[in-house]
Amino acid sequence: MQISVNGVVHDVNVDEDMPLLWVLRDELAINGPKFGCGIAMCGACTVHVNGMAVRSCSIPIGEVRGDVTTIEGLGTPDAMHAVQEAWVEHQVAQCGYCQPGQIMSAVSLLRMNPAPGDEVIDRVMSANLCRCGTYPRIRAAIKTAAKKLRGQRVEEEDS
Amino acid sequence: MSKFGKITRRSLLVSSVAVTGGVAFGYYKYKKPYENPLKADALEDEVVITPYIRIDQSGVTVITPRAEMGQGVHSTLAAMVAEELDISWQDIRVEHGPASRAYYNGAILEDGVPFAATDASFMANAVRDFTHIPTKLLGMQITGGSTSTPDGFEKMRIAGAAAREVLIAAAAAKLDVSPSSLSTENGFVVSGDKRLPYVDLAVDAQKFDPPTSPLLKDKNSWKLLGKSLPRVDMIEKCTGTALFSLDVRLPHMRYATVKMNPHLGGEMIAFDASKAEKMPGVEKIVSLDSKGIAVVASNTWYALNAAKAITFDWDKADFPIDTHGMFAVASSSFHNKSPDSEFREEGDVESVFAEFPDQIFEAEYRVPYLAHATMEPMNAVAFLSGGVLNVWAGSQNPTQILKEGESITGLPRENIRVHTTYMGGGFGRRTEMDFIKYAITIAKLMEGIPIKTTWSREEDMTHDVYRPLAIARFSAVVGGGKPRAVDLKIAAQSIRVSQMGRLGLTFPGADSSIVQAAWDQPYDIENFNVTGYRVPELLPVGSWRSVGASQNGFFHESMIDELAHRAGVDPMTFRLQLVTHGPSRKVLDAAAQLSEWGRELPPNHGLGVAFTLSFGVPTAEVIEIANTEDGIKIVKVYAVVDVGTALDPRNIEAQVISGINFGLSAAMMGEITVKDGKVEQTNFHDYDAIRMYQAPDIKVKILENGEKIRGIGEPGTPPAAPALGNAIFAATGQRIRELPFNKHIAFV
Repeated sequence: MQISVNGVVHDVNVDEDMPLLWVLRDELAINGPKFGCGIAMCGACTVHVNGMAVRSCSIPIGEVRGDVTTIEGLGTPDAMHAVQEAWVEHQVAQCGYCQPGQIMSAVSLLRMNPAPGDEVIDRVMSANLCRCGTYPRIRAAIKTAAKKLRGQRVEEEDS
Repeated sequence: MSKFGKITRRSLLVSSVAVTGGVAFGYYKYKKPYENPLKADALEDEVVITPYIRIDQSGVTVITPRAEMGQGVHSTLAAMVAEELDISWQDIRVEHGPASRAYYNGAILEDGVPFAATDASFMANAVRDFTHIPTKLLGMQITGGSTSTPDGFEKMRIAGAAAREVLIAAAAAKLDVSPSSLSTENGFVVSGDKRLPYVDLAVDAQKFDPPTSPLLKDKNSWKLLGKSLPRVDMIEKCTGTALFSLDVRLPHMRYATVKMNPHLGGEMIAFDASKAEKMPGVEKIVSLDSKGIAVVASNTWYALNAAKAITFDWDKADFPIDTHGMFAVASSSFHNKSPDSEFREEGDVESVFAEFPDQIFEAEYRVPYLAHATMEPMNAVAFLSGGVLNVWAGSQNPTQILKEGESITGLPRENIRVHTTYMGGGFGRRTEMDFIKYAITIAKLMEGIPIKTTWSREEDMTHDVYRPLAIARFSAVVGGGKPRAVDLKIAAQSIRVSQMGRLGLTFPGADSSIVQAAWDQPYDIENFNVTGYRVPELLPVGSWRSVGASQNGFFHESMIDELAHRAGVDPMTFRLQLVTHGPSRKVLDAAAQLSEWGRELPPNHGLGVAFTLSFGVPTAEVIEIANTEDGIKIVKVYAVVDVGTALDPRNIEAQVISGINFGLSAAMMGEITVKDGKVEQTNFHDYDAIRMYQAPDIKVKILENGEKIRGIGEPGTPPAAPALGNAIFAATGQRIRELPFNKHIAFV
């Protein structure tokens, strides 16, 4: 089987029922997506398939059609994505375990809705659990990131 | 309030630890410093000046004695060192230290003494100081009890200041000038226009003995402490590069999972793995000490999947088979011949009750078992090879891993290495050794192969050490706008008995956690008894964020609210009339101001207040709710805390918000129940927590009137449930005396 992750194509030889999460983690050593519940209830494993947020713990590798992006493919410590920068600006993370999933969900949300209000943020982000209760700062960071991304878009359109 | 009734009957927690731990201690041994654990491992070009500071050519690394589980303690401890050492914040690097007695937590037992935190008497302080002796001699490197900041506040600053002095001494010798002519600035020793980088002085600095009591900076000249600093772990945690134990990867590593008897404590009679053995990726299936099994596979998912295909014959546990039976046991504990503790006995409650038999008001409160449900399920990596055991774990108790490793493998301690990683949540769960012991046992069975053992969420939820179920009963007479007599009785399992039992130790004496944050609250009530009753061991129980205060804050503050309403006095005013402790009064006053207590509320809104002093932090919370057609909605939370000295305000705010959301999750929906001898809840679909759509806006105010510096990981939690319950009463007239609230009322 072949799978494209963060722009790199990998050959993997696993059971096709194996959830994408465990292919990423234990076969490809990609640590960003986390194991939280295994039943798509917590969102810690959130990655993108073709730019859309999915719960990688509940998608069998055999059913993945498209390019996978994990938080490692979103940005790096030296070159962070605007959403990651907003997370740092608002000092969102505490234990940090759920945050890669939170960030991947937020990026996907902002792609679909560049200016989400509180209600939309709450609805979409409620699929991601955070036991440290960082929700108020997540909400603030998403708004900051939205503003920043809209600015970038305007710049791109102008140029 | 310097009252303590029956000191002789209460064998102190501290002395029992010392005795049961088999420690023979003398003052000399206590004063003698432990060896610097970094020295043995230091590379040739690395200089270790104290156990907390390592300098090499690339800069200064602060070695923290406490683990980072989200509370921001790596940053705060590093800031203490950086402040005194005089290095700039962006240059700081932080690592968790090895498992070593040198990193003992002196403050961990202070809160267990039978003196209220508000008690600053000679006796109270003497007993608190005494607790530092066994903690040091036992070398308890524990992260918990909101103690990291108070424990580190001197140690880490002294380490920084001492290192700075030897660096100056090295520079003075090099330049042949007097040390007093030198100053420091952002990692340099400065002499006129010469600037000598610390990294170049470190090797020479080793020749000088670091002073043991260097002069520390005055608070007014702090540059880093007292400021909100960017956390040292923030960028890693926002880019997926932070290392949790689940992320540890070693060459040729194999992946394991366990399935243990769900009848907690029971044996495994038999198992059939014939189907599982043939499943893809499975390499080995082994019995774990007849308590359960481990599956070792080439991928965690293969192991998890195969474990599901194994059938078991489990022996039953020896406690009642359901929650109903367990509450019956708890209820009958009120008839125990002797109570566990009678820490508060003031005035003469009985006489007042005898005088006003018709006016006695009684109520009973109940709280359920709770799971920790950390986001990262229990896991650890262990590798036994060539007579050396390496363990990687997110642990709140790394020195205990040395002991467990020693007893499982038979290796001497010096052959055991513990690597403490970040924790995907701790909340007390990661003080436990179960997941680490299984990982080491499996590594021993698979010698020569590194093994990562990961629990499924289902295993994690059903094999926790739970927050105890508890019952409180109170009787009270109010009159003249105040409580005349109050008798509060609390029955709960002993967390200490359960914890010590798992370490193979017994626990004599009273367990202060049964009445923590109930007996020691700074309310002046003329006739007041608080009595603790010990419920026999049922499910294993453990420390759960804020420990006994998690249930007793709810009991005590719901009770106070009920008394206020019966007395016909506004609940905020009622508290202010009874609370005499200065900093606590100020916290309540500030909460009243912040929430504009007494303002006219929109229709169907209600305000509830609760106050709890736990871990030395007076904390007041006011919750505003709306009673809507879809259920109760939490509109806003106002919280005021007094930490004595606030080192990092933004992080303190984060911890208070976190503690409140943790407490609200439990109050609204948290419940672990037992059916057919097994825990019923298995995953986040039936044991959920607050989600973004329910998460209220929380406003936090930090005060600094307390005398001592305090930690803030836990104090935000206890007042959340009672403040919510009191708000529900204010808005609806419904007094809910059982948690979780959603059994009785709907939430949006």
